[in-house]
Amino acid sequence: MTDVTGPRPAFDAGRPAVPQRRSLLTADQRTRRRNAAETRFRAYGMAAILAAIAALAFLLFTIIRDGAPAFTQTYARIPVTIDAAVVDPKGNRDPAEMQKVLTTSYRKLLEASLTAYVADKGIAIEGLKPQDLKTFFSDQAQADLRAQVLADPNLIGTQIDEFALTSSRIDGIFKGRVTEESAARDAKTSVAQVELARNLAASGALVTRFNWDFITKPDASENRAEAAGLGVAIIGSAYMMLIVLVLALPIGVAASIYLEEFAPKNRFTDLIEVNIANLAAVPSIVYGILGLAAFINFVGLPQSAPIVGGLVLTLMTLPTIIIATRAALKAVPPSIRDAALGVGASRMQTVFHHVLPLAMPGVLTGTIIGLAHALGETAPLLLIGMVAFVRDYPSAPPEGLFEPAAALPVQIYNWTRRADPAFFERASGAIIVLLVFMLAMNLVAIYLRRKFERRW
Amino acid sequence: MSMSWSVLVVLALGCLGYVLGRRRAVASAGGDSRILHSRPIYYGWNVALFTVVPALAVMIFWALAQPLVVNAVLASHIPTAEREASPTMVGDVQRAAGTISRAVRAHAITETEARALTPEDTPTLNRMKDAGFATLAPAPVMDAAKSLRATNAKARGVLAALALALAAGGLALSLSRTNPQYRARNVVEGAVRGALILCSLIAIATTIGIVLSLVFESAHFFRIYPWQDFLFGTEWTPSFGGGSKLGMLPLLWGTLYISLIALLVAVPIGLFGAIYLSEYASNRLRTWVKPMIEILAGIPTIVYGLFALTIVGPLLRDWIARPLGAGDSGSSVLTAGLVMGVMLIPFVSSLSDDIISAVPQSLRDGSLGLGSTRSETIRKVVMPAALPGIVGAVLLAASRAIGETMIVVLGAGAMAQISGNPFEAMTTITVKIVGQLTGDNDFASPETLVAFALGLTLFVITLSLNIIALVIVRKYREQYE
Repeated sequence: MTDVTGPRPAFDAGRPAVPQRRSLLTADQRTRRRNAAETRFRAYGMAAILAAIAALAFLLFTIIRDGAPAFTQTYARIPVTIDAAVVDPKGNRDPAEMQKVLTTSYRKLLEASLTAYVADKGIAIEGLKPQDLKTFFSDQAQADLRAQVLADPNLIGTQIDEFALTSSRIDGIFKGRVTEESAARDAKTSVAQVELARNLAASGALVTRFNWDFITKPDASENRAEAAGLGVAIIGSAYMMLIVLVLALPIGVAASIYLEEFAPKNRFTDLIEVNIANLAAVPSIVYGILGLAAFINFVGLPQSAPIVGGLVLTLMTLPTIIIATRAALKAVPPSIRDAALGVGASRMQTVFHHVLPLAMPGVLTGTIIGLAHALGETAPLLLIGMVAFVRDYPSAPPEGLFEPAAALPVQIYNWTRRADPAFFERASGAIIVLLVFMLAMNLVAIYLRRKFERRW
Repeated sequence: MSMSWSVLVVLALGCLGYVLGRRRAVASAGGDSRILHSRPIYYGWNVALFTVVPALAVMIFWALAQPLVVNAVLASHIPTAEREASPTMVGDVQRAAGTISRAVRAHAITETEARALTPEDTPTLNRMKDAGFATLAPAPVMDAAKSLRATNAKARGVLAALALALAAGGLALSLSRTNPQYRARNVVEGAVRGALILCSLIAIATTIGIVLSLVFESAHFFRIYPWQDFLFGTEWTPSFGGGSKLGMLPLLWGTLYISLIALLVAVPIGLFGAIYLSEYASNRLRTWVKPMIEILAGIPTIVYGLFALTIVGPLLRDWIARPLGAGDSGSSVLTAGLVMGVMLIPFVSSLSDDIISAVPQSLRDGSLGLGSTRSETIRKVVMPAALPGIVGAVLLAASRAIGETMIVVLGAGAMAQISGNPFEAMTTITVKIVGQLTGDNDFASPETLVAFALGLTLFVITLSLNIIALVIVRKYREQYE
């Protein structure tokens, strides 16, 4: 590149000015500098893109790495003798009497069976204390066993092959969370216990298998991370998405139709439009405050119920849906409207019979993206009390909408607040579930857009 | 339950009205629908609308107004002395009434038992407790709760009768008006238009709701706590026992500091990314990379929060903060800021991308034709032209950063302090809103109400940023049209 605007060479005293001669083929210093700046600038751009993609990749990689173990769980498969003396002390098989036997008694059964199994297989572990056997199983295991025996009293006195849920520390050994060194530091585990677990695994008594309970079971208390599941949260999120879909889609479409097709251009409609643009950028936590003040304190709807969450998320997603729907309506060419009006349709008929069906793919895409956004929203739900610990599945709608439930993102938040590191693994696992849902929704949106994409 | 039954009956009447109206219209034209002013379905819809809309409107209005009226009546029934002794009495009464109603609905007790319930009636109360509906209400509260339930039941009965009468009246009236000259389509379309307008008013209603709820409760707060101390106080030490210091400045400082770091990450990456994609990248690269960057915007913020908490926080602590002796905390301003910056990249990049693409090609061609390199064209021509729009985009990103909650809740800690060290834990307005409003809320204490004042502050800050950004973006966009 030649430099025609550069400074002319200076006149030397007493010498006539000779124009400097340069070859176009050899770059002078200034051109080189400018070209280097060009290359640098380009490199900055490339680096920025690489940084963004690297951040995305690192984020997804760590989430999947940390969350994948939540989908498997370690169970102890040992023969358990249901000792009649323990579970049915009176020996009359009376369900009412057996109800009185506490779960801690069933823990003894599991413990005794484990001791017997260890002795039977000839596993000798140095320094193994009774305490180590006691904390080997999850508190959930004895509760499960009790439920199983109460449901079928014929089991009493027999020996069954039981898949007993092990405690989160034992489970952690097979997921790399607990090692001999960490067990030595941790008051709740011992090196002997780790060794025992490895020995049992080698003899086939400990199996790690896919953990359906993680997806279907409700949340569990602070000290049984191994039993915590996402069931209630998934139902709660589904209820809220249902409410958002039922309310936000028709309201959003109606508002967009009015603003795009019927509204006169005046200060009032301008106010609505500015309002919608602003609402799209209001921080989500402010919607939570609105929900708390308006729906719970003022109207008196119950706390931590999907109905309140659904309403708040509806108000939050409405601007997104309206903006997307208006874009879709705008994209329908005026000739369609003119043709319909020309054959005698009213304006309402034109919109509902001709324009809206053509704009539908765009409307649905926008709605699904809005829904996906609402699904991942956490902050407003914290304020309306969705943080509560909920163990019962809510019933079917419409009553279920007013009963306490959890939501997926809030469940994740709850688990991050707990001490046991096993809950971090659960939280990452729940994030994978959440991301899978969002990915599925986005794929549907992309599919709809591709399938119905139309060029005029 | 009686409410939902009334709604169902009204809707059923509406369906009936549709069928009758349509049939009557066709019959009145002697079976030749060409004589009718409108197509037959409009006559059906007309009757259905007249049946359903007034009845439902009354029900909705009633449902909203009833708690207000009942509460006012209830409050006037409780003697002033007692109300002063226990300010939560109205709430207690409502809670007791709600519990009893739920117990009845779950068939734990019968309606007659509920009507005769007294605090001494231990067997019934125990039965309720076994079914999970525990009430520990003293006698006056229990009495008030019973009369509240009775009033509510009576009101529901009146409402059901009124709604049904309205529905039947509307059905009869509109049916009687159905004749071939009746302009059914115009009426129906007018109604639909009204519904459309109502829906678009929801945006305004939401804004009003937000402003009202924030202002109302903030006013409560400022009545108990001086606003000067809130706005200019440098100490944040809430204690639910009383004597809290609720100065906002440490929270504002944390908010701005974290947002600044986030923008320092997001703006260069987002801007250079947008420039590269719109000016240099090939079409194929663009179609791949742009959606990938936009994935970052679609990931829920709780995911970023967990990422900050479990990965970035410990990483920064072990690799940078500890060796430098700058801090020992896993959650820090830098952690939250970095992660939030990553989240903001797509906001900056896609908005800037749009704005850069909107700069007319003729400007570039002119610059290139004069011998500038592409980077010179971008820096000296495209960027100055796009600058207002980019400033708008950055402002929008800044308002996102200020309002972001989950990343700072999990990444930045909860220490309210004013410090320059980015490796220390700090806290933000949003974190404290969550902190003050989760758990057992007592809406009479300043420690809870302060959350609304914080919310108002947050709303005002983000709203002004949004408005400035929108004005800038709009004004700029019109320049080339």
